[in-house]
Order: sequence, then structure tokens, then C-alpha cells
Amino acid sequence: MLSRDVEEVVGMRLQLSPEDEAFRQEMRTFFTTKVPQTTRDAVAARRDVGREQYVETQRILNAAGLAVPHWPAEWGGRDWTPLQRHIWREEMQLACVPEPLAFNTSMIGPVIAAFGSDAQKQRFLPATANLDIWWCQGFSEPDAGSDLASLRTTAVREGDEYVVNGQKTWTTLGQYADWIFCLVRTDPDAPKKQRGISMLVFPMDTPGVTLRPIELIDGGFEVNEVFFEDVRVPAENLIGEENRGWDYAKFLLGNERAGIARVGATKRMLADAKQLASEVLADGRPLAEDPRMSARIAELENELLALELTALRVVAHSADGKPHPASSVLKLRGSELQQAATELFVDIAGPLSLASFADDDSAVPEWARAATPEYLNYRKVTIYGGSNEVQRTIIAGTILGL
Amino acid sequence: MDFSYDDEQNALRQAVSGLLARAYDGEKRRAVVAADPGFDEKTWSQLAEMGLLGLPFAEEHGGAGAGHVEVAIVAEEIGRVLAPEPYVQAVVLTGGLIDAVGTDAQRGELVAGLAEGTLVPAFAHAEPGTRWSTSASGVRAAEEGGTWRLTGVKEPVPNGARADVLVVSAVVGDGATRLFVVRGDAEGLTRSGYRSHDGTRVAKVELAGTPAEPLGEGTDDRAAAIERAHSLARIAYAHESIGAMATALSTTTEYLRTRKQFGVTLNKFQALTFRAADMYVSLELARSTALWASLVVDTGGDVVTAADRARLQTSRAGRHIGKDAIQLHGGIGVTAEYTVGHYTSRLTAIDHVLGDGDWALARLAAGVGDHETVDPLGAPYT
Ligand SMILES: Cc1cc2nc3c(=O)[nH]c(=O)nc-3n(C[C@H](O)[C@H](O)[C@H](O)COP(=O)(O)OP(=O)(O)OC[C@H]3O[C@@H](n4cnc5c(N)ncnc54)[C@H](O)[C@@H]3O)c2cc1C
Repeated sequence: MLSRDVEEVVGMRLQLSPEDEAFRQEMRTFFTTKVPQTTRDAVAARRDVGREQYVETQRILNAAGLAVPHWPAEWGGRDWTPLQRHIWREEMQLACVPEPLAFNTSMIGPVIAAFGSDAQKQRFLPATANLDIWWCQGFSEPDAGSDLASLRTTAVREGDEYVVNGQKTWTTLGQYADWIFCLVRTDPDAPKKQRGISMLVFPMDTPGVTLRPIELIDGGFEVNEVFFEDVRVPAENLIGEENRGWDYAKFLLGNERAGIARVGATKRMLADAKQLASEVLADGRPLAEDPRMSARIAELENELLALELTALRVVAHSADGKPHPASSVLKLRGSELQQAATELFVDIAGPLSLASFADDDSAVPEWARAATPEYLNYRKVTIYGGSNEVQRTIIAGTILGL
Repeated sequence: MDFSYDDEQNALRQAVSGLLARAYDGEKRRAVVAADPGFDEKTWSQLAEMGLLGLPFAEEHGGAGAGHVEVAIVAEEIGRVLAPEPYVQAVVLTGGLIDAVGTDAQRGELVAGLAEGTLVPAFAHAEPGTRWSTSASGVRAAEEGGTWRLTGVKEPVPNGARADVLVVSAVVGDGATRLFVVRGDAEGLTRSGYRSHDGTRVAKVELAGTPAEPLGEGTDDRAAAIERAHSLARIAYAHESIGAMATALSTTTEYLRTRKQFGVTLNKFQALTFRAADMYVSLELARSTALWASLVVDTGGDVVTAADRARLQTSRAGRHIGKDAIQLHGGIGVTAEYTVGHYTSRLTAIDHVLGDGDWALARLAAGVGDHETVDPLGAPYT
């Protein structure tokens, strides 16, 4: 009954199909030859990538049809399988290519494509794909973090306009942004707080919008507070229907989790860490030869392998476009491993890590100077994108039925 | 690349789980492991009738010529109900070794007997003073007048007392490790079996000039063959432990939904549900790695490294899930009458039979500088 010919076996297999292997090569070649080396070097050295480099890279990708492959075909999407999308993203990270801006390509773009009016699609989608518009995300507020639906920023309809008042915070790269997509409360009396929320979009230079940078523990400025004082937004800038904003936000956050494992990026980091550990000397011998160090790296590598394989399993089961519940596993472990990799750099740097804010005259190599700020900065990855506690809540509730 | 089971594989899983569900409903397992040989001979025969004991072997020896993915499906179902039948030991490890090293005649007799269910083989390899080695040191083999004789002690030997035939590793004059077949009724063979913490049987096997037949031809050192057989068994055990972990977790979540304290069911306490969520994460990551390692076997990749990777991941996960499954049950978790503690006991046994997580990690660490990154779909795995 169980006998079967080897040639008959079609189910499980490890190798990529020849088409997928060719696809992988094509991606690898593109990313390593068409994206400027200086930009990729900056990513590899874990330096901040400036606005111009982001824009330049995304335009190169967009021209080649590689910026928004997951969008509907008529707006620049590609008819790729989930596995091909996975390969595309992993190869991009392995090649140290700055990824297309998530606020544009993973967040507001798909929302407008799914729920926006035809006029909004025409107006925004091409410019969003090409990073002609830089978007920022105005969801979180001082008193609305994990409990996002308790947000208080209001939008009151007056004729053909909404008048927006309130405050957003944690607005990433708001200083570069041309436009913001915002969740606002349009019905304060809705029986459920989720039902009174709408999504509005407007330019950051609209009168009444004020941006105030927040300094993070690494000394960097990547997030901001944004204040709204009688900001007048044309009613045509409402996305979808009034008071349905929470549905769109949930759709958006589901997309945000795709690709959040960041396996390729962490892989790159571990490869670099190994190289550096073989260059750093501890009592005259390469640190990489210390059995505790090599075991630590080997264990991280194995955990990353397990994560990558799990990502491949999830990818294979997410064909209907909905996030697989197990994608919470990817966020949870992916963020923890990113943090573990940054911690590894600090420990490889050891005493050199104290030269964190030294300038280029320093005798300490750049990677060692960057290590601690990056480690401190990366505490964020278990907080945003749905904190890891929120992910555990999803796993316990949705998957385990607790 | 495709990590989903096909129809035939799903049908296999259903058939195995159906058989084992009938064999091990309710209290059956406790009764079975209480008496020698520690497993149910009738269930063993049924596994044979279904073709499961010959799954990985060639059809000419009564096998089914199936892949490791199929073997893994059986192992996982075994683990799910904690069936005490020595599937991995007898089929994957010992049968695999005979199949890889034995002569045609030996395969014809021993592999065929195993597949039929009439002959249970065991691998007598471990020796006090060694740890998961691929070579023998305490048992010596010498040839005299055309007859090989073995002397020394093997312990602990899984199923060593029940086995009809033992495959014994021994050092020969030049220091090489070779393999020998010893019949259960051989002269100078003393076997003292006992029950292990997980309900399975192990034995002390004493050899005093015991006559033995070399397994296979030639005088090659068999360490590499042992390494490969160990690796395949490690991967199959990874799946057995995945099955056990899955049940340990589902038993735990069921308990959290029903057990009441402070006037509410325990699943109202986030401190507990978060721990269950973490158990799920450990399980799925380990499952992915085990599945992958089986695919590496079927693809002809580097099974030794793949096995070490699966070993490390399932060792960590097995300890995490085994310990927390008990903790989240409270006192009942440590009783012999309740099931969950037995899962932890079995996971602990699997963790130590062929190398624990730290042992696998040390081997991986020694090779960590050999590659820039790990590509699960590339060399050396495909
Ligand atoms: C660097 C950075 C960039 C960000 N960028 C943006 C952005 O561009 N746009 C934007 O809108 N937002 C952004 N965020 C905000 C981010 O989404 C929030 O920080 C996140 O939702 C958590 O909210 P909070 O910080 O208010 O923490 P809180 O929600 O107050 O949580 C505090 C702690 O309690 C835990 N917790 C909360 N609720 C529960 C619960 N029910 N059960 C168990 N534990 C719980 C949390 O996990 C956390 O550990 C960014 C945040 C950071 C740090």
C-alpha cells in the first residue's frame, strides 16, 4: 500500500523549482548590480540611509517593476507567487538594498488600492510607488499605543472639509514626509470606539500641522510628535467610508506583518559578526575561537534557520492574501533575533563599544562605534508593529484558543 | 520548494494515527509499559502489516522504498501518543545500519525479518565512559580460527533484552570500530533488562567471548556508517519529539481552559497564556527544522549537519515545552497517573539517547566558520 516510485514523488521537496531558482538569481543579480554600491555599503555598515538614497533606490526598483510587486497588477503589481515575493524580499535584504518605504508600499498603497476611490488611486498610487510622495503613519498617540482604538484626535466635518485637532506621536521619519495618513475620530458617540474612526490623508505642510522631533536613546532622530491645530482637510481626502477606518487599519497592520521576520537582514548581520569576531583579538587569539563565542553564533544561526524555514512554511500557506496566524511567530522571533544580533555586535566590540559617539578621527573601527547605538535603537523592534506582548496575545487567542 | 504533505502522505498519517489511537486509548499505555518488553507485540505486528516497519527499505527486502519524510510521519504519530514501540531504534537506527552496511544475505534475513515484524533488532553501542561516540572502545572483537568473538559490556542498550538480534559495535586489533551481528541465543551473552524513566526498556549487555558475525564485508572502520545512522535516527527522533511536544502543548491548553482557580478558568491569567504562546513558538520553530532535516535526507544533502541542527532545535524546544507543560498543570503534572509528565519524561529520554542540544551545538560551533550564511535551500543541504 505504501510502496511508491521515486519518480512519482511530487509533494514535499527542498529545492527551488528551476523557475524559482532562476528568479532568485535574477533578483540577486539585479540587487547587486543595479543599486548604487555606496547606498548598499551604507546599509552594510549600518549607517543611516538618507532621504535621497531611499528615493533613488526606490525609483530604480520601481522602474524595474520591483518596488510594489504585491500590489494589484494594474498599479504596478506582479503576478508573483508568495514564495517569489519572499525570495524578492530576502534577496533584497541580503544584498543590503534599502527596502521600498514600508509606509508607502506595505501600508497606505495597498489600502488605497483596496478601498480608495478611482480618483484617489489615480492621484496617489503611481506617486506612492515611485516615492514621489513620501508618506508617514499617523496612528499612535500619547494615550493610544497598543490600545490604538482609544485614539482621540478628532476630525469634524464642516462643509467640504474636515477640521482636525489632536496629536500623533512616534511618527517615523515624519521629517522627510510629504503626506501623512491618519486615523481620526469622526464619531465620538459610536457605540463601540472602533466604529467611530476614519482614515484621512493630507500634506504635512497643511497649515496647523506642527512637527517636533523626538531624540531616541541612540542619539538619533527618526521619530516625531505631530500636532494638529484646526487643520483643514478636503473631504475628498477621506479614504473609503467615514467611520470604517478601523477596518482599513486592521487590513494595513496585517500587511505590515508580512516580511517582518527580516531573515535576510539578520543573516547578513550574523555573517558580518562572524567576520568581525575573527578579526578582533582576545589575548592574542581571534575572538571567534573562543568556544563560548562560536557557540553563541552557531546557536543564533540555528535559530535563524528555524525562523527562515517557518517563514517559508507560512508563505506557502498564505496564498489567499490573508496573514497566516503563525505570522505572529515570525514577528516575535524575527524581532528577538534582530535584537540578539545587535547585542552580539556590542559584545564582539567589547571595550571598543564605548567609542560610540566618536567621529571618524577615532582609531576605533566604524562598526564598533555603531554597535551600541544600534543595539539600543533596536529595542524598538519588539515594541512597534504590534508589540511582542500583542503577538503573544494573538497566538494565545487566535491559535491556541485561550 | 514545497513543505506541504501530499495526499498519499496525509493518508499515511491518518492510517498510522488511526492504528495508534486504537492501540493506545485511555489507560492502555500504562499497562503496556508496566510489563516486559515495554511495548505491545500486537501493535508491533500491526505496524508490520501496514508496511511501516519496512518503510525505508527496498522492496526486495520486504520494504516500501519510501522516503525519510514518510518515516518522519510515523515517528511523529508515535510521539503524539507516546507509543512505546521502538520504531526509531529498531527501524531507523538498527535497521538502517544493517541496510547500509550488511551483505545481501544479511539484509535478506534481518531487514526482511524486521519488515515482517518477526525479528526485532537492537543496536548495542553505548558504553559507560563514552558519550554519543561513533566508535566503540570497551567491547573488543578478536578472530580466532575463523570465528569472531566479542568481549566487554554495552550499556545502556535500548531494547537490548527483548531484541532477537543485536548489532554490536566493537574495536578490533588495529583500533578500528566494526559492527557485528550477535544472535539473542548466542553463548556468552548475558542481558539484564530494566525499565527506564520513560517506560521504555534498556539493558546491560555483557559479552564474554560471544561468537559474532561481522556485519557487511571488508575491514573498513564503520564510524562513518554509525555517524550516518545516528544522524538519520536523530532526525526521526526530532519528529517523534515534535509529536510529543504537540500533545504536551494541547493537553496544557485544554487544562488552562477547564481548570478553575480564584473563581475563573486559568486561561484568564495572561501570565499563563503567554507561556503557552511561547511554547507554541518553540514547537513551530522546531517543527520547521525537523521537517527540513527530513527533506535534506531525501534530497541527498549533508544529513549529519542537518541532524545536528534538528537535534539542537528540538532539544531546546523539548525542554522548554516539557518543563512548562508540567508547571502550567500544577501538582497534577508531576503525578504518574496523569499523562503530561510522561511526555516530559519521554522528551527527556529522547534528548539524551543520541546527543543532547549542547552536544549538537558544540559540533555546529566547531564548523561555524566554514560558511558565510546558512542557506537551507542550497549547499550543502540540497
Ligand atoms: C521607534 C518607533 C517607531 C514607531 N513608528 C511609528 C509610526 O511611524 N507611526 C505610528 O503610528 N506609530 C509608531 N510607533 C508606535 C508603536 O506602534 C507603539 O509604540 C506601539 O503600538 C506600542 O504602544 P506604546 O508605545 O504606547 O506602549 P503601550 O501600549 O503603552 O505598552 C507598554 C507595554 O505594555 C505592553 N502591553 C500593552 N498592552 C498590553 C496587553 N493588553 N497585554 C499585555 N501587555 C500589554 C506592551 O507590549 C509594552 O510592553 C513607533 C514606535 C517606536 C518605538
